[in-house]
Amino acid sequence: MTTTEIHPAIVPNFDEETGGGRKLAIICSKGNLDMAYPGLVLANAALGEGVDTHMFFTFWGFDMITKSRMDHLQFSPAGNTAMHMPIGDAHLPQALAPLPGMTAMATRMLKKSIADLGVPEVPEFLDQIVAAGGHLWACRMSADMNHLVEADLRDDVEGIISASDFIEKTEGAQLLFI
Amino acid sequence: MPVTEIDSHQIHVDDEGFLTEYDEWDENLAVVLANRIGIELTDAHWRVIRFLRDDYRTQGDTATTRRVQAVGGVPVKEQFALFPKKPAKRMAYIAGLPKPHGCV
Repeated sequence: MTTTEIHPAIVPNFDEETGGGRKLAIICSKGNLDMAYPGLVLANAALGEGVDTHMFFTFWGFDMITKSRMDHLQFSPAGNTAMHMPIGDAHLPQALAPLPGMTAMATRMLKKSIADLGVPEVPEFLDQIVAAGGHLWACRMSADMNHLVEADLRDDVEGIISASDFIEKTEGAQLLFI
Repeated sequence: MPVTEIDSHQIHVDDEGFLTEYDEWDENLAVVLANRIGIELTDAHWRVIRFLRDDYRTQGDTATTRRVQAVGGVPVKEQFALFPKKPAKRMAYIAGLPKPHGCV
């Protein structure tokens, strides 16, 4: 019988500060359902790693935080050549993509795939991000363009701020534009 | 896989110190593991740890913070309060489970 080598106890270091407090800024500029998720998944992951995370919603991304629109984000296969059919690995011909009903069908399919993974819908995902300590900011220009005010947005949006304000708030942050 | 000794138990761990053998864990060991990362276990912590253990046994994977909320019933905010900064990893470590593989 061989003797087992006993190593000194290994304790993970969960308090380690990488680069003195990492910070991440995510600019969400898309309002299509499929393009809402990358920012949400990354923000959630960053928060879970103790990273100070700020999200800035601008242009079409504004729909993600607008009460009247956030539950109705859609996914269209038009212009998306990577759209596969649910069976096999066939591509959806682009000529079919603009047909009536196609966006609704593709949206349903995508929502189901996401739900099957236990991943929440956009508003609930933002609830979770805020619960995890994430910060939500709305773009001043987008609000003005859409004639929207704070009352039209999720209550946990911390403010409608200018681009300069966001740049100032995220000094030293790593930045993602989606 | 390194073998390490904690509280006079010999246990298998990965390179970061997470237990690799489900059955080498018991609740006494959890107390020691928690203390090592600066956490004093309360009933609220135990509720999460026991959920993680049971869920792993049936699912074969460590629950993410999302799952601990959606299925385990412990809100994400509370998880961050109980297991600060990196809740998913801290919870897994104390529960003697691998880090979660899921993205959300």
